[in-house]
Amino acid sequence: MAQLFDIAFLSGLIGATMRMATPIIYATLGEILAERAGVLNLGIEGIMLMGAMTGFLVTFSSGSLWLGVVAAAGVGMLLGLLMAFLSVHLGLSQHVSGLGITLFATGLAMFVYRLHFGSPTVPPIIHPFSQISLPFFSGIPLIGPGLFTQYSLTYFAWLLIPALSILLYKTNIGLKIRTVGENPVVADTVGVNVLLTRTLCLVVGGAFMGIGGAFLTLAHQNMFLIDVIGGRGWVAIAMVIFGNWDPFKGALGALIFGFLDGLQLRLQGLGIAVSFHIFLMIPYLLTIVALISVSRKASIPAALLKPYRREEKGG
Amino acid sequence: MIRLRIAKRKPLPPWARVIIPVMAIVVTLILSAIPILLAGGQLWRSYFYLFYGALGTRFNLLETFVKGSPLILTGLAVAFAFRAKFWNIGAEGQLLAGALMATVLGVHLGGVPRPFALPIIITAGFLAGGVWAVIPAVLKTKLNVDDVVSTLLLNYVMWHIMGALLFGPLQQPGSSWPRSAAIVEAARYPMLLPRSRFHMGIIISFIAVFIIWIINNKTTFGYRSKAVGVNIRAAHFGGINTTAVIVWTALISGGLAALAGVGELCAIQYRLIMDISPGYGYTGIVIAMLGNLHPVGVLFSALFFSVIIVGAQTMSRMTGVPTYIAEVIQGMALMVMLVFLLFTEYRIRVMRK
Repeated sequence: MAQLFDIAFLSGLIGATMRMATPIIYATLGEILAERAGVLNLGIEGIMLMGAMTGFLVTFSSGSLWLGVVAAAGVGMLLGLLMAFLSVHLGLSQHVSGLGITLFATGLAMFVYRLHFGSPTVPPIIHPFSQISLPFFSGIPLIGPGLFTQYSLTYFAWLLIPALSILLYKTNIGLKIRTVGENPVVADTVGVNVLLTRTLCLVVGGAFMGIGGAFLTLAHQNMFLIDVIGGRGWVAIAMVIFGNWDPFKGALGALIFGFLDGLQLRLQGLGIAVSFHIFLMIPYLLTIVALISVSRKASIPAALLKPYRREEKGG
Repeated sequence: MIRLRIAKRKPLPPWARVIIPVMAIVVTLILSAIPILLAGGQLWRSYFYLFYGALGTRFNLLETFVKGSPLILTGLAVAFAFRAKFWNIGAEGQLLAGALMATVLGVHLGGVPRPFALPIIITAGFLAGGVWAVIPAVLKTKLNVDDVVSTLLLNYVMWHIMGALLFGPLQQPGSSWPRSAAIVEAARYPMLLPRSRFHMGIIISFIAVFIIWIINNKTTFGYRSKAVGVNIRAAHFGGINTTAVIVWTALISGGLAALAGVGELCAIQYRLIMDISPGYGYTGIVIAMLGNLHPVGVLFSALFFSVIIVGAQTMSRMTGVPTYIAEVIQGMALMVMLVFLLFTEYRIRVMRK
């Protein structure tokens, strides 16, 4: 047990926590943006998978990791746009449109992958992102090496959290987004384009989700496996509720999830005989418990799940 | 700039409820030409093998029913829950719960004659899935926890429970793979037609369609369940115990999904493996929507999907189009159907300005 309190172990655990939290932070932030504007995007799981596949495919073909990230963001935007067309412009059920996008995108991701690579016995690999040690910071004892030797995509995720928070709470655009999510009739009356705002939030949110997926195939791993997302999109949906639609609290939830995921990996590495299935179950159970405690005081955007149609104003 | 104007329309005549899903399927098949062509498949040859592979020979036709059976059950499960606006995305986990229960009993029921063993397994499996669905129903009604999220998360919890058991107490002795021992002979569904896998579970799924139709249309519970789905507040003020209705709806829904798992275990696999279900629970959502949440609609859309899934195998072998085309078609079918359903309630006019 002494190994558990070993400095190397602790530092490794911090690093693993940050890594495992990164894709969920991206996805959670993307979902917060969409839901703040009043749209629940259940397409998230499929969008992440398409992002993971596209990022991998583009990097494999072009040799450029950053081109892969950009492509993943682009494909996320396209799927966000499709979600906007179905749920915002046609006003279809957000639940069902989102699930439809997830099913469609999941099928498409596997289809395109097979189309391009066939069924190789050894999965093709790329040379993934390497971790960057920030000078000075990574020298901080105990926490430094874990926190500040990370992938650049992880650093970006950290920057994205305050950026989204400032956008939502401190800017005019954020005020418009929140008004659209709380009371679209009022937003419309004061001249905010409700449909356009929702569309843009879904598109930008989709880009975050795509990048979150690409992190898994371009940094965390170096190959694309069909179950690479493994429910992380659904976890992000739960983290949004857990975090009360706030970027910082949502990211905190993602960190807790990343910690458990990282701890599980580390304990396995030490050969401690805990069934990894039991460990991987914990985050889902914790999330459900969190949902129970949060749902009582949830500050859910008032217009979430409600399509907006001018003709039905006041109805 | 083009704007879409959407306005309510008068209810369509009853024949439209049949025509619209058929049109949605036709449009989906037309759209499927895009991925088929991208994959380099010749169009007519591909469509021919898609349908020949599913319907062309006796064995393939019966195989389409074999694949259809779990899809009918998960589709019914989702449709029954959605009708009451209990958003059960958890059919996958409930299916696994049923398969897990059937494994535990099936491995240990040696010595019990089949006429006793099968009813026990089916009932226990049904209840296992039902109880697994009741958990989110109680969370929803008592603690106000969103059912979409909780049912989704519980799928992963059940998957990991299954994994922990398959690496633990349920693991086949001597095996290093996550798989259980085979279930005893008495726990296996009888095969009904020679030289095929046409098993008792297929009959069970057809009976389930009939029973759900009876519940929906001929019983007070079916009426109440629908009333809760249409307007839960009005149902509450009308004197309906909405909590009880949602919990019972969840129990039946979860039980139906579990029967799919029991069938896959007792008629196809005979032992529990991690990939006992290739996402039947999620496909059930699409089937329920395509079937317009009506049991007969579910029956036909499940059979249509199984044609696509079974046919895609032959198509892939003959033309080289990846079998995942089946998933792409399913996803497109759902979205096309959604758009078509919109036409039943609204008129859409494209306006330029």
